[in-house]
Amino acid sequence: MFELLGIPPQALFGQLLLGLINGSFYALLSLGLAVIFGLLNIINFSHGAQYMMGAFVAWMLMTYAGINYWWALLIVPIVVGATGVVIERVMIARLYHLDHLYGLLLTFGLALIIQGLFRNQYGVSGLPYSIPTELSGGTNLGFMFLPNYRAWVVVASAVVCFGTWFAIEKTKLGAYLRAATENPVLVGAFGINVPRMITLTYGFGVALAALAGVLAAPIYSVNPNMGADLIIVVFAVVVIGGMGSILGAILTGFGLGIVEGLTRVFYPEASSVVIFVIMALVLLVKPAGLFGRTA
Amino acid sequence: MREATAMSAVPLLAIRDLNGWYDESHVLHGISFDVRPGEVVTLLGRNGAGKTTTLRAIMGILAKRTGSVQFEGSELIGQQPRAIARRGIAFCPEERGIFSSLSVDENLMLPPEVKPGGLSREAVLEMFPNLRERLGSQGTKLSGGEQQMLAIGRILRTGAKFLLLDEPTEGLAPVIVQQIGRTLIQLKNQGFTIVLVEQNFRFAASVADRHYVVEQGRVIDTIPNADLDANIDKLHAYLGV
Repeated sequence: MFELLGIPPQALFGQLLLGLINGSFYALLSLGLAVIFGLLNIINFSHGAQYMMGAFVAWMLMTYAGINYWWALLIVPIVVGATGVVIERVMIARLYHLDHLYGLLLTFGLALIIQGLFRNQYGVSGLPYSIPTELSGGTNLGFMFLPNYRAWVVVASAVVCFGTWFAIEKTKLGAYLRAATENPVLVGAFGINVPRMITLTYGFGVALAALAGVLAAPIYSVNPNMGADLIIVVFAVVVIGGMGSILGAILTGFGLGIVEGLTRVFYPEASSVVIFVIMALVLLVKPAGLFGRTA
Repeated sequence: MREATAMSAVPLLAIRDLNGWYDESHVLHGISFDVRPGEVVTLLGRNGAGKTTTLRAIMGILAKRTGSVQFEGSELIGQQPRAIARRGIAFCPEERGIFSSLSVDENLMLPPEVKPGGLSREAVLEMFPNLRERLGSQGTKLSGGEQQMLAIGRILRTGAKFLLLDEPTEGLAPVIVQQIGRTLIQLKNQGFTIVLVEQNFRFAASVADRHYVVEQGRVIDTIPNADLDANIDKLHAYLGV
């Protein structure tokens, strides 16, 4: 069949895997954006910069302190998430009484500042971060060669995405979050500290971005622009999935990664625009996104 | 016995000269009234008189407010809604506030316990048997009456003994209104204190000890339920019916 289409299976599966890898990052990042948007009603434009910070902090831990990848997976989300908590408390929380546009502008400005600081310090050429030895090498599946680290990224991302979905949709804590997303005033009147929930939610969303950054560090070069390049696509993913929809963000993230990979096989010229074409079509047909709730 | 009488004379909630604003618009113009422990009182009045706003001001949801709202002797003005809820005051809004992204069971279990001695989940389901079969449904898929039962039921779990109920009978069928009336009397017998906002004064008369008539953000009259018949013409004039 592959021969009929004139496409070697190696290329097809290779691109599918690449699509799945990209999809893993789209899913993790758009999930964080969706969680933040749901409760804060803010489009977190510094999400890409926070993803980049995740990769950089992992690199710093390794370079300056000799702390390895596995510890970085744990430490980096906590550290970068904590910077998110500070940013929310000190800055974003002051804007809730204003139009949502101000939150967007603030986080956009923050992204530019964070990227500028890192560019100033580390340049734009990119820093190497090696694959942990436990995950180096690969497995021959017969029809294709599967690098172990890439398989790990897909599995880790899927597990984190599913865990987050489960926590939000199926637990008591998640019920508070969903309720506060719908009607924060009433949830506050039940005696729940909604401002603290908002702060922690922002911190969690940022931690997800940082985790994606750590996962990305051994694959993509660690450089100050890595987030800015990716985040535009991720915003398109969020729009297609539907703003604020958790499941939508995850499924659309993985799905569009695969669509992008397939496009690279069958019509490579369109691979960099296919997501935006889909975004335009979805917006025309379903303005709230594929999984979006219409108000 | 004498001590108990003396205790019950002390208001549980004492509101003095309560003023309240939505942004720049001045809505409450010096509300004053008392609620004693174990009483059911109603706020009656026309649309826009300030009844709902009074409840929101007590709960702290209306942020801009002055005057005094004392609950069990401590001042609530200046406190956040969540702190007021933790004192044992529960609020059931007019629109009922059932969360559509939560199941019936999740809605029921959402409000945290603020005081010991709240009803158990089982006790709430015994009080409102209709809810039991619908526990897995989406909260907003319930009928209006069931949503109202859920909205009341979930705050009974919290242990709050002071309830602010905003038009619990609005838009409901007479048989449901009767059921809610029986529930309120049952709650009163269990020692709950209730402030009820109502348009339907026949319903109010069936459950309340006293009625405060609210007009243009003030309490303009107080009618004990026992004297309701004697004051019926006056009340009709107040309510414009």
